[in-house]
This record gives sequence, C-alpha cells and structure tokens, in this order.
Amino acid sequence: MDFMVFQYPMITIQACLDGILLGVLFALIAYGMALQWGVMNIINIAQGDLVILGGYIAYFMYLYGIHPAWGVIVSPIIMYFVGVGIYKLVINKVVDRDLFISILATFGISILFMQLMNFAFGADVVLANSGYGTTFLFDSNVVLPNSKIFSAVVSIVFAICLVIYMKKSKLGRAIRATAQNSRAAKILGVDTEKVYAATFGINAALCGVAGALISITFTIHPYMGLPYTIRSFMIVIVAGLGNLPGVAMSGMGLGVFEEFADYLLGTEFRIGSVFLLLVLILVYRRFKLSRKREYLK
Amino acid sequence: MNKNLILYVTLLVFGLAAPFVFPAFKVQLSILCVLIVLAMTWNIQGGEMGYNSFGNILFYGLGMYLCASVQVGMFFPLAEWTESGGEKTFVHTPNQFFQGMAAGLVFAAVIPTIIAGLIGYSILGLRGHYFAICTLGLGVAAGEISGGIEIIGAGQGFTTPPFPDVGGLEARGEFFYFLSFLALVLAFIAIKSIYPTRFKLILNAIRDNEDKAEAMGIETMKYKIIGWMISAFFCGLAGGIMGGLVGYIDSTDVAFDGREMGVFMVLMAILGGKGTLWGPVIGATLFHIFKEGFWTFFLGWQYVALGVLIVVIVIYFPEGLMGWLREKFPEKFGEVIDEADRKAQVELK
Repeated sequence: MDFMVFQYPMITIQACLDGILLGVLFALIAYGMALQWGVMNIINIAQGDLVILGGYIAYFMYLYGIHPAWGVIVSPIIMYFVGVGIYKLVINKVVDRDLFISILATFGISILFMQLMNFAFGADVVLANSGYGTTFLFDSNVVLPNSKIFSAVVSIVFAICLVIYMKKSKLGRAIRATAQNSRAAKILGVDTEKVYAATFGINAALCGVAGALISITFTIHPYMGLPYTIRSFMIVIVAGLGNLPGVAMSGMGLGVFEEFADYLLGTEFRIGSVFLLLVLILVYRRFKLSRKREYLK
Repeated sequence: MNKNLILYVTLLVFGLAAPFVFPAFKVQLSILCVLIVLAMTWNIQGGEMGYNSFGNILFYGLGMYLCASVQVGMFFPLAEWTESGGEKTFVHTPNQFFQGMAAGLVFAAVIPTIIAGLIGYSILGLRGHYFAICTLGLGVAAGEISGGIEIIGAGQGFTTPPFPDVGGLEARGEFFYFLSFLALVLAFIAIKSIYPTRFKLILNAIRDNEDKAEAMGIETMKYKIIGWMISAFFCGLAGGIMGGLVGYIDSTDVAFDGREMGVFMVLMAILGGKGTLWGPVIGATLFHIFKEGFWTFFLGWQYVALGVLIVVIVIYFPEGLMGWLREKFPEKFGEVIDEADRKAQVELK
C-alpha cells in the first residue's frame, strides 16, 4: 500500500492535481468563513449547508435545461439574499454574545437546512452534468475532467474579484474597518449592522459559487454539509484570519491530503481522516503554544 | 434537609413504580433516564467547568460498541456474529446474556474513562470554541472510522444480543428500565456528592477564569481531566445501556450520532439551565416530552422542528429554566439582594 506512491508516479500526480483543484474550492469556502469570523466573530456551522444549497440551485437550473455553469452567476445572487435573511432572523441576535452560543445557533440552522433540503430535493446523491469532457495528460495516464479545471479557474477569478472589491470599494473598506475595531468604526459613522448583514450575505454568496461548482465537478447530497464546514474551519485556523495566500495554500494542502487519504486508506475513511486531521492540527498548535504558556485564542 | 429527604424518597418511589403505573411507556421512560444521565454528565464539564463539548458522544458510542462487543465476544466469535445474521446462529442463554451484559457495562464505563484520561491532556489544553470544534471533530471522526471497521459490523451495523426468552417483552422492558434507572440514581448520587465539595468550586473557578485559578495555585489541568473522566464514565455507561435497549448499533445513526444525541445532551442541559443540579434533570424531561410530541405530531418534520427549537432555545433562553427562575426568585436560591441595589438596577435599565 505504502509503495503505491513510489511505484506508480502517475497515481501520485493524479492525486496531487485532483487535490490542488479541489483545494482551490475549499479555499474559496474558507475565505468566506474567515471573513465572517474576522468581522462578526462568529463561527458558522451552517457554512457547509449553504454550500450544498448553492449546489442545488445550480442543479435545478440543470434540470430545467439551463447549462449549470450559469449557476455560478445565479446561485451567488440568490444566496446573497438567503444569507442576509439568515442574518436578520438569527445571526444579529448572537453577534455580540458568547461564541458558543453562535456555534449552537448555527448548528440549529444547519440541522434545519439539512432537513429542508432533504424534503425539497430528496436524499439522492446528484450531480449536474456540464458536458465539458476530459483532458488526458501523460499518455492518458492522468485523467482530468475539464469541469474541475473550470471550477478552479472560476474560484480563482471570484477570489481575485473579491479581494479587489474589499480593497477598493466603500463597503469593502467599511467591512475591513469593522473587523479591526467595530466600536471605532461605529463612532466614525459606519453602519455596522448593515456591514454585518452584507458580510454574511457575501459569505453566503461565496458559498453559493462554491456550491454551484461542486455540483458540476463532484456530487451533492443534503447531508454533506458538515465536512465542508470542518474543512473551512481547519483551513482558517491553519492560515489565520485575513491571510488570503495562506488560505489558498492550506486549502490546496488539504485537498492533496484528502486525495492521498482516499487512495491510501480507502474512500470510507476519507471524511474520518479529515476530521482526525482537524483534531491533530488543533492539538499540535496547542502543544506548540503551551511551550510559551499561551493558548489558542 | 428533612424536606429534601421527602422529595428524594417520593422521586425514588415514583421512579420504582413508574414502569408498573405506565406499562405502555417503559421504553420511553428508560430512554428518559438515559437522557437525564447524559444531560447531567454533560453539565459537569459543560456547565460547571465551562468546557462546552460536542464530543461526549464519543464516549457514549464507545460504550455502546464496547458493551455489545464484550457481551457477544465473551461467548461467541465476534466476527462471525457481525458478518451477517450471527444473532440467528448463536443464542445467548439467560445466564450468558446477563453475565455478558454486566461485564459489558463494566467495560463500557471503564474504557471510555481511561480514554478520556489519556486524550484529556491534549484536548483540554484547547479553550472556548476551539475545544468545542475539536470535540465535534472527534465525535464525527469516531463515527466515520468505526463505520469502516469490519469486526464491529462496519457500515451495515451490529445487532446486539436479543433479550433471552424469560418473561417476554414485558420482562425486557422492565429489565432495561431498572438498569437505566439504576444508572440514573448512581449518576445523581455521584454528581450530588460532588456539589458541596471543593472540587466543584475548583471546576467553577476554571469556568469563571482559568488563568486566575491557575495563578491561585490550582493545578487546573488535573481537575479538568478528572471532570472529563467523570463525564466519560457515565456517558459510556449510558451508551452501553442504550445499545442493549435499541437492539441495533449503527456507526453514524445510533452510536456516534453527533447530529442528534451529541447536540441533544448540550441542548437539554441548556434548556434546564447549565451549572445547576436540577437544571439538566428538568431540561431532559421537558426535552423528551417535546421531542416525543414532535415525533408523533410532526412526523417527517421532526428535524425541522428540532432545528427551530435549537435556535429558539439558544437565542431566547440561553440561561435555561433554572436561570430564569433564579432571576425571578433569587431568594429561593439563597441569594440575598439588597433592596437599594435592585432599585438602582431598575433605574439603570
């Protein structure tokens, strides 16, 4: 088993490429999580369920005969309003409270979404067929579906647009100011309530893009949300808040790790190994910090 | 003291008589006992110690698998049992069943405690939400991994030994009811005896300000691990009983069911009021009634109702029922509030 990596270099290349293309998607979701964590100081357990909901929007367009790639544009627009709605109904009541309260409340939202999607769309594993074909590399030893390449490119484009938007626009500056010091921002005339709503909406829109791409490249299922939340949480704690290159790098690293876990341990241990990796990373950081008598804050 | 004694005796008599008074609800009452045990033990480290864990389900699931595996493995080959239909080929005699159950419950309680002690040092060094997410990861990882292990049934599940042929369904219900009631009484006595001690004060000090507690010379890590081990002991025990009661173990839907049982225990403690002795008991009872109502009247929509319930409880009742009562009637809780102080508070508002 261990020798497979060295004996068959093609499998290694395949896993690395798959992992990197997958990791770009994870990084996009994680960027949304870092944004809301940094600005509003909440951890959104329902992140993964927003992703899956975005995926279903693209899937429905596919069912009605529209090419699912358009979902990349439609899904974030719908998801933005879903996000703002969630913020108005629930999140604005937990923003200033204990973090544990926000975790539990979003856990409730996550269960709610999971079940509503289960009723609305059924418990089948679905995917939207983009019909993009495949690329063969190295004498067709390495197989790359074009949809994966498409999804990675779209994610990168969206990430770059978002970064420019956050740097240049007025709302972007307001969001960054609120993240630095919400009280000072309020004094200087920033409507923080609006900023929070917009942040949550942008986060949901990012989830919508990622979901649409996932419905094209992989599969979606109502109960698959939680692993995406955990992945993005993991990427954020490895990279830190507001560190986009770090988020991208650790996202790709996680993607590659997952592909290798899939090949070496078997698909049934794939999700389990992601969750174990989270525990290991947290414990590693805890021991590293405790040498200086500090702890993760 | 005398009044308390009367209360406890009444509750004990009621508990002992319950399966005969409500014979149709034996299984529900047993589940209620297990839920109360889970809520009370979550409260020890979630409410008193301030370490909000989503991962106590790990010990619960471990206890479930351990109890069933020991019960089968003591007399029959485990692999053949789980492969498929082993429960039809091998039949436990009544003696074997009860011996196996007793031994299984000992394992189910002790091994999770040891595991909690071993991983405690690493995990309990995390604080706040990192601890919460880390334990959530532990619980889900355990479920996913146990779903891939062949000898305990992998994805297709594990049928626990069926109750032997003595007295039929009635006897089965009564056996499991009294077993879970015994666990409840044990857990209650253990936790009640913690309350007047210095140990409980140390746990509260850790919750209120861990750095200061450490600065006062308390070895916080030691007490945190002990607190977690107490939780793990009773979670494992409850899991073992629940496994026998349900009769079938699935890795993600029954044993390591972080989405249901793992959240339930947190929710029950919060609903009743965390950090109180009676809060989790009341919370679990109310929650069980709510839940059964949902399951009966909103069949199919129960999880939607559950999600809404979680959000509503967390947003509007974060202090729980006991916290609300405490705010309303502080005198009953032995708190003396100065009249002038209260007036000042009202004016401030």
